[in-house]
Amino acid sequence: MIKKITLLVFILLPFNAYGLIKVDITRGNLDPLPLAVSPLAIDNESKTKFDKILNKKDIGSEISIIIEKNLKTSGLFNPLNREAFLQKPDIANLKPRFEDWKLIKAQALITGKVNYVDEKLRVEFRLWDILAGREMMALAFTTVPTNWRRVGHIISDKVYERLTGEKGYFDTRIIYVAEEGPKTQRVKKLAIMDQDGFNNKFLTLGNELVLTPRFNKTSQMVTYLSYFKNLPRVYLLDIETGTQEVVGDFPGMTFAPRFSPDGKKIIMSFAKDGNSDIYTMDLDSRVVDRITNHPSIDTSPSYSPDGKFISFNSDRSGYQQIYVMESSGKNVKRISFGKGLYGTPVWSPRGDLIAFTKLHKGKFYIGVMRTDGSGERLLTENFYQEAPSWSPNGRVLIFYRETKTDNEGKGFSAKLWSIDLTGYNEREVKTPTDASDPSWSSLLSN
Amino acid sequence: MEFNKIVKNALLIIVACLALSACATKKAGTGQMQGDVYTGKDTVEYLASGVPDRVFFATNESVLTTASRETLRKQAAWLRKNSKINIVLEGHADERGTREYNLALGERRANAAKDYLMTYGVSSDRISVLSYGKERPVDSGSNPLSWSKNRRSVTVKAN
Repeated sequence: MIKKITLLVFILLPFNAYGLIKVDITRGNLDPLPLAVSPLAIDNESKTKFDKILNKKDIGSEISIIIEKNLKTSGLFNPLNREAFLQKPDIANLKPRFEDWKLIKAQALITGKVNYVDEKLRVEFRLWDILAGREMMALAFTTVPTNWRRVGHIISDKVYERLTGEKGYFDTRIIYVAEEGPKTQRVKKLAIMDQDGFNNKFLTLGNELVLTPRFNKTSQMVTYLSYFKNLPRVYLLDIETGTQEVVGDFPGMTFAPRFSPDGKKIIMSFAKDGNSDIYTMDLDSRVVDRITNHPSIDTSPSYSPDGKFISFNSDRSGYQQIYVMESSGKNVKRISFGKGLYGTPVWSPRGDLIAFTKLHKGKFYIGVMRTDGSGERLLTENFYQEAPSWSPNGRVLIFYRETKTDNEGKGFSAKLWSIDLTGYNEREVKTPTDASDPSWSSLLSN
Repeated sequence: MEFNKIVKNALLIIVACLALSACATKKAGTGQMQGDVYTGKDTVEYLASGVPDRVFFATNESVLTTASRETLRKQAAWLRKNSKINIVLEGHADERGTREYNLALGERRANAAKDYLMTYGVSSDRISVLSYGKERPVDSGSNPLSWSKNRRSVTVKAN
């Protein structure tokens, strides 16, 4: 399904690091960088060809709209209104007249060109520093025309990376649970979409209840909980082929699955006789290991990115709290000591933080703490929200939020939301239906 | 049927108002909970005459209350008499918890009911357990009374 995009660097002028614009993403950015995304230039012949294939009148302009939207959504950039641009796209791409762009207060400029070459889509783009008056990067891609949205995402990632110094997260997908129907009889399906909500696709039909899909960071595999034949079990799904299989042969409910960082194991809870413990299963050898052995509820396990530690939640202290242990199950330590209940710990891809859900005095919070439990920071408070999942660069969290019903039990909805690690830039991630349990993929291209 | 219920509820409200005089701040529902355990009959169905199908739990708890044990003893007696019938114990949680923890909690609640039925002579081969966590509330409200109805273990005939 995911076709390879060939990426080749075609010009990369030497540049000096100093003096060039840089965006600091470690603080809440209240003053996003103003930049201009010039529509990508396209000749008439290419225009007609792509219109025929993709049914898009001006694919150059469409790609630049994707870039604009991505950069704006990040909260770090403020794409300027294209009505104000003085220079034509094709000329700007050759050599921008920096004074013209300065005049509209752009600090960076993205230009580019789209061509139809041997039935392929060829896109080149350049990033310019307006104040320094020079080119910062130039890249070209060739791919099948149907990949045009991904080209927009990849350009967004390259610009983000060049300007912030960290990898982007735009050429990614979200797997989630699509929800419909009344709260008492909710129909749930697995669904997948691009990070910006496009290319939505349902992966199951809704005949059985499905919950908590999670991506493998290294392949197109997903693990999730399905009530197929009314037996709640952890399943593995290959989203390329659609093949599904149950994970392991457990005589009871398995749930709360996640992959190990190398993608070779699934870690999950197994519930039997009123007790839930954490187990792993190696996907090649099918060897099952018991990791915790305690009469409490142990669930929501998540590996550290180096695979050496596991965080999970347990009520062994009497209430739900977050614990960290070695991946062997040794040296279990409680790390959450604040007021309230803590659940759904997820280790940041950068390794330094654990995101969690907290319930305190009737409110739900999404927050982060360091892996020893220090430095707790609550990012957002609401009536009900849970289950954060990290963007692959560890800068943004996606989660779901449910609204309270009125006295008649009406007005319920479930939606995906995202928020920056800084606590700023909270926004709804639009989905065609109600949605829950989001999981963010790693970057599809690098 | 519906109309009768409404009249009954209205009468209850009037009675409650007379008793409390602070009518405006009290809801009809508050009398249906003890602590935060549901004690009403609104959603209860019956396995047989006089044998309720469900028991209710306090928030985050899987301990059986006195009323729950009484209900389960009735179920056990009925199951001993009807030895061909197998059951599924469906454990549920309210919406005020994380999804995965609630799956475990539902399993724990259903097993609390299972253990009790077993001590009253129902063979474990006749009982299976299924947790729905918070996925199948019986009342879709977001208020303490609705939540109390949803924290339950329901005994369902499997054959």
